[in-house]
Amino acid sequence: MDAIRTEALTKDYRVGFWRPRRYLALDSLTLHVRQGEVFGFLGPNGAGKTTTLKLLMQLIYPSSGRAEILGRPVGDVSVKRRLGYLAENPYFYDYLTAEELLQYFAGLFGYSAVERRRRVSQLLDEVGIGAERRLQLRRFSKGMLQRVGIAQAVINDPDVVFFDEPMSGLDPLGRREIRELILRLRDRGCTVFFSSHVLSDAETLCSRVAILAGGRLAAAGDLSEMLAFQARAWELVVTGLSDTVLEKVTTSGQVVRATPLGAQRYALELPLSAAPDRLVTNLVAHGAQLVSLNPIRETLEDFFVRQTGAAPRDRGLEPVAR
Amino acid sequence: MSVIGHVAVNVFKESVRDKVLYNLVGFATLLIVVSYLLGQLTAGQDVKIIKDLGLAAIATFGLLIAVFIGIGLVWKEVERRSIYSLLSKPMRRDEFILGKYVGLALTLFVNVAIMTAAFYVVLAYMDTQFPDAVRASWPAPATDPGMLRAIALIFFELLLVTAIALFFSTFSSPFLSAALTVGLWVIGHFNRDLRNFEAVVKSRTAAYLARGLYYVLPNFSAFDIKTQVVHALPVPASYVVSTAAYALVYMALLLAAAVAIFSRRDFK
Ligand SMILES: Nc1ncnc2c1ncn2[C@@H]1O[C@H](COP(=O)(O)OP(=O)(O)O)[C@@H](O)[C@H]1O
Ligand SMILES: [Mg+2]
Repeated sequence: MDAIRTEALTKDYRVGFWRPRRYLALDSLTLHVRQGEVFGFLGPNGAGKTTTLKLLMQLIYPSSGRAEILGRPVGDVSVKRRLGYLAENPYFYDYLTAEELLQYFAGLFGYSAVERRRRVSQLLDEVGIGAERRLQLRRFSKGMLQRVGIAQAVINDPDVVFFDEPMSGLDPLGRREIRELILRLRDRGCTVFFSSHVLSDAETLCSRVAILAGGRLAAAGDLSEMLAFQARAWELVVTGLSDTVLEKVTTSGQVVRATPLGAQRYALELPLSAAPDRLVTNLVAHGAQLVSLNPIRETLEDFFVRQTGAAPRDRGLEPVAR
Repeated sequence: MSVIGHVAVNVFKESVRDKVLYNLVGFATLLIVVSYLLGQLTAGQDVKIIKDLGLAAIATFGLLIAVFIGIGLVWKEVERRSIYSLLSKPMRRDEFILGKYVGLALTLFVNVAIMTAAFYVVLAYMDTQFPDAVRASWPAPATDPGMLRAIALIFFELLLVTAIALFFSTFSSPFLSAALTVGLWVIGHFNRDLRNFEAVVKSRTAAYLARGLYYVLPNFSAFDIKTQVVHALPVPASYVVSTAAYALVYMALLLAAAVAIFSRRDFK
């Protein structure tokens, strides 16, 4: 049995009051997510990721198509007992404290008062909320709310969790913590389905991904096998590079482009065909020091533009961080 | 505790934290100040005025709570999207609606109970302030328990108002819900006139229409027995019970409609 299955799931919004037009937010999405995998649901802003998650949570109803979680139709209360959901930019009752909110939600699962207290304090420790747990949520920063959101999503030891942009609005440390939490969930056998508009979030976590663009499934499968995301060049950052050496490697074609970053400090773009180690050795022998060497990959946006030959139809497209 | 119970307790908590109970302080202060002034002016000739005023204040303050919390209950959850997390928990949408309703009913019950207690305390105090001769001229003792019947019907009226506010708030904005609820409440108080409409108009169609509206619109005037209890006129228990039953049936229909609408909604 798959953890998540959608068959031709479609959502049409009617927009405009006077002259309603149909707007296809999700177009025939068919997706199978296996139990126990970390599945990345990727796509630029406006691709339809949140729409899909809301359909899976039955916060909205599909125009056509079907969706199942753990073999039961979505919305089934017995399934909801076994899942967790973190909404995009979650909001919680600002008059409750973090502790009270989690107590409330734990109560909905029917845990005893003792069990509730135990779970809540353990979870708050786990997501790194200390003494603030006694503060009303109106005093919480976005990052802290996100942590509360994660905690409430896993309060029932779910078998499947759905995270909508779990990393958004978090600092690098926060992102790393979320990444670690997702891996812990996976190790426990929990299926993790998370959406992101940032490719690198998925690279470090997922076995498989689906890429959504303009409401349609653009690609699905193993990220490592997706040719689209293979490196297209190398980026080499060095310091102590003399002008003469720089000129030599540029004219010889070993370096495609050199961007100065500071005094004798450059970012060099090397073609993928050449193995970078020879050049590195060469430069080091001429007194330069290696700072970093990274593959340059396509971003989701690059991928999308190449696939369809057009920019995503989203109104406010954000640049994608690499 | 059931899911409905948990949701209800949270509504109660919210109303307490949102300082709704300050309303009670306002009520008590108003009552005490006004009765003190009236006591001075009328030399205790008429405890009826205090009773009138107290019952009217309980009804009005209760109405304010019912409307102002009722219209925001569901709307706020949807608008702020806190409902996303809540509905992903093992609960159905009807349980959500009923939990919200029970929570507000609980809030109203506690409020009305405290206002009633304050009311009787003021009346008991008045009782000690006047000589027997004056008290003997009162149609009923100051702390006449018969007034509880009027308060019970006020409470059932509030339950009905809450159901109306909740019903509207499942599909419209708070402003519109408030306008519609208050509008219905006002019309409902003139409902009796619709019944006698046919005596006034010639047109049969208009008469039927008025009759139809009389049965469909909530009959709020039925809940108002304040004048009777203040003048110590008898109000049969059967009247109180049947009016309460009317409120419960009407309320159940409204909640069923609210659930039907809410269950089909998309949350944007
Ligand atoms: N309630 C709605 N009414 C009309 N259009 C909507 C609504 N919600 C989302 N959309 C549109 O559907 C598309 C997909 O949105 P969404 O699922 O939120 O994208 P993502 O989460 O991938 O950024 C967007 O173009 C968005 O503008
Ligand atoms: Mg989104």
